Amino acid sequence: MKSKVTISRYNGISIALHWILAIALVAIFVVGLYMADLPFSPQRLKLYNWHKWAGISILFLSIVRLAWRLTHRPPVLPQSIELGMPRWQLQAYHATHLLLYVLFFVVPLVGWAYSSAAGFPVVVFGVLPLPDFVEANKALAELIKPWHQISAFALAGLVVLHVAAALKHHWIDRDGLLQRMLPGRS
Amino acid sequence: MQSFIPVARATGVMLLVLASAVSAHADQKLVPAQSEITFVSKQMGVPVEGRFKKFDAQIAFDPAKPEAGKIAFTVDIASATLGSPEPDAELPKATWFNTAKFPQATFQSGAIKGLGGGKFEVAGKLAIKGNVREVVVPVALTQSGASTVANGVFTIKRLAFKIGENDWADTSMVADDVQVKFKLALTGVGKF
Repeated sequence: MKSKVTISRYNGISIALHWILAIALVAIFVVGLYMADLPFSPQRLKLYNWHKWAGISILFLSIVRLAWRLTHRPPVLPQSIELGMPRWQLQAYHATHLLLYVLFFVVPLVGWAYSSAAGFPVVVFGVLPLPDFVEANKALAELIKPWHQISAFALAGLVVLHVAAALKHHWIDRDGLLQRMLPGRS
Repeated sequence: MQSFIPVARATGVMLLVLASAVSAHADQKLVPAQSEITFVSKQMGVPVEGRFKKFDAQIAFDPAKPEAGKIAFTVDIASATLGSPEPDAELPKATWFNTAKFPQATFQSGAIKGLGGGKFEVAGKLAIKGNVREVVVPVALTQSGASTVANGVFTIKRLAFKIGENDWADTSMVADDVQVKFKLALTGVGKF
């Protein structure tokens, strides 16, 4: 059954932030995977710096996004959908969103900390030097290093779960839930 | 032959006395363990500091007569480090320092000008990687007891010395300006 119940959508700013960050996160993840195995070269240096600039931009946009989210309640789930979901799915839905938000901050902050500890302060777009919030210390850098990767893979895993759930609602349940986040007319 | 030995011995002793007398008056000594030479390059705006672990100098310098001074510096280029193994493996290569062909960088002073207050301007020839350039190095001396510390900062253009060739010549990746800082501990420098 193709449900035609009216579904309240996210507002325009939320939708814009969602899709801008969705594209940015996928892109920075792919670049991160690719650059890590490059040999010492200008290309590697360039990608590392772009990755850092993008990471700081994502961190900044995530702050805006969180502030917007906290001041603008997202639309409630349509009752028909909420009642149709088993309890564990509802819990997973809330947990996934919460963890996604946590990782939007953890991944870039740990990356920034690693860069500082490794002795390469982050200079956004090559002009704006950021403070080191951890000291330059090789041993500390080695300790932090794996956690940027681990948290990034955790975020990637949650994104896959999030996309899978959205597509399940769209193609299997056909409940129109995806419309809440799709750009376009309301 | 037997009669020659005491003569040779006496001559040797005389030479030793003469040599030590000359060195006590003319030579100032660098204390490498308490000295450092660092350099800061900018990679896409990010300052990256490196240093040379091995260097030495021959110094004949009297602050009262700076214009008569002579300073010769040698830096063991292969001792350069950026503090992490990856770039350190690259620095000796031909693209960067080519240490196999040019193991040492040298500085030979020309005119030395006293500016007063323990400040000096040392002009000279800096040779790195087979390229020689004129540089003017500002030096500030501070003294406490018998030891003297010389501090200074000057900027060189890395491309003038062909440090970073081919792909790495791109100054949008690594800036042309490289700041060189030194802190040299010296003994035997006269009071000023």
